[in-house]
Amino acid sequence: MEGDITQGLKYVGAGLATLGMIGAAIGVGNIFGSFLDAAMRNPSAAPQQTGNLFVGAALAEALGIFAFVLAILILLGIF
Amino acid sequence: MFPTFVATDPIAQFEVKRIFGIEDVFGRYDLSFTNASAYMLLASALVAGLFWYSASRTSLVPNRIQSLGEMGYEFIANMIRGVAGEDGLRFFPFVFTLFFFIFAANMIGMVPYAFTTTSHIVVTGALALLVIGIVIVYGLMKNGLGFFKLFAPSGAPLPIYFLLVPIEIVSFLARPLTLALRLFANMLAGHITLKLFAGFAIQLAATGTAAMLLAPLAFAMGIALNALEFLVAGLQAYVFAILTSVYLNDAMHPGH
Repeated sequence: MEGDITQGLKYVGAGLATLGMIGAAIGVGNIFGSFLDAAMRNPSAAPQQTGNLFVGAALAEALGIFAFVLAILILLGIF
Repeated sequence: MFPTFVATDPIAQFEVKRIFGIEDVFGRYDLSFTNASAYMLLASALVAGLFWYSASRTSLVPNRIQSLGEMGYEFIANMIRGVAGEDGLRFFPFVFTLFFFIFAANMIGMVPYAFTTTSHIVVTGALALLVIGIVIVYGLMKNGLGFFKLFAPSGAPLPIYFLLVPIEIVSFLARPLTLALRLFANMLAGHITLKLFAGFAIQLAATGTAAMLLAPLAFAMGIALNALEFLVAGLQAYVFAILTSVYLNDAMHPGH
């Protein structure tokens, strides 16, 4: 065993921060799932909604990216 | 034995190397021309060259390269029309340049041994600050103080506004951050994953034991991830461009 306990806990914290990806995955999956669900019902209206689809997916993904940023910040010891 | 020095460090690909230039100006600032600058210049030159060439010999019945240019034009113009309406087309040159620069930089990054400029937060941060700067300056110029109606969407009951306005302000302030981080994190994570799987294949093959049989599996996964990365490269450029149009639409028509 070497290294101090703070360093070890930092890695634990960074690992825990990655759990935020679960939420982002649920959100993005939900958006694309709902889009397909609706697109199968009314295929002719689907092309006009692809813009909204990607905006929604990007916004949901952004919150997962905050988890990534937190993990990086913890690892680099910024706080 | 296979050499193990290749691809053992998945981070090495992001190293910025100095090519030439002045190393310290006033003893503080490094103004060197680096490999990052070279690849950004290459991306700009490729895009400019392609569209200059496709526009230079036009005919009524478009040839291959001309229809490529026209498709690019139509693609971005339809995207802006869909998000911001006919009015938004005044920002067409900006969004068009932004999309094709990011797309070219992402695609150049997919070439093995090439440098991915968009995997550096300095580059994506500068692009995002440019977008948000234009949104704020144009929004204030066009609407004056009416621009701040952006933070108070109409139609909510009065008590709700005490909750709504802070949320809207925070979400506005998070925009440049998420715009920059989304592109940066996607490119960074994707390229690290590619190098990791390439490293797996080599390291498994180098073991010289029964684990060698797993090497083709890691290699096949690497190929599949490469295909996914091409999708991500295009998708992230599209997402950056469409979010830019959404934010510009907010600047043109605040107050929803």
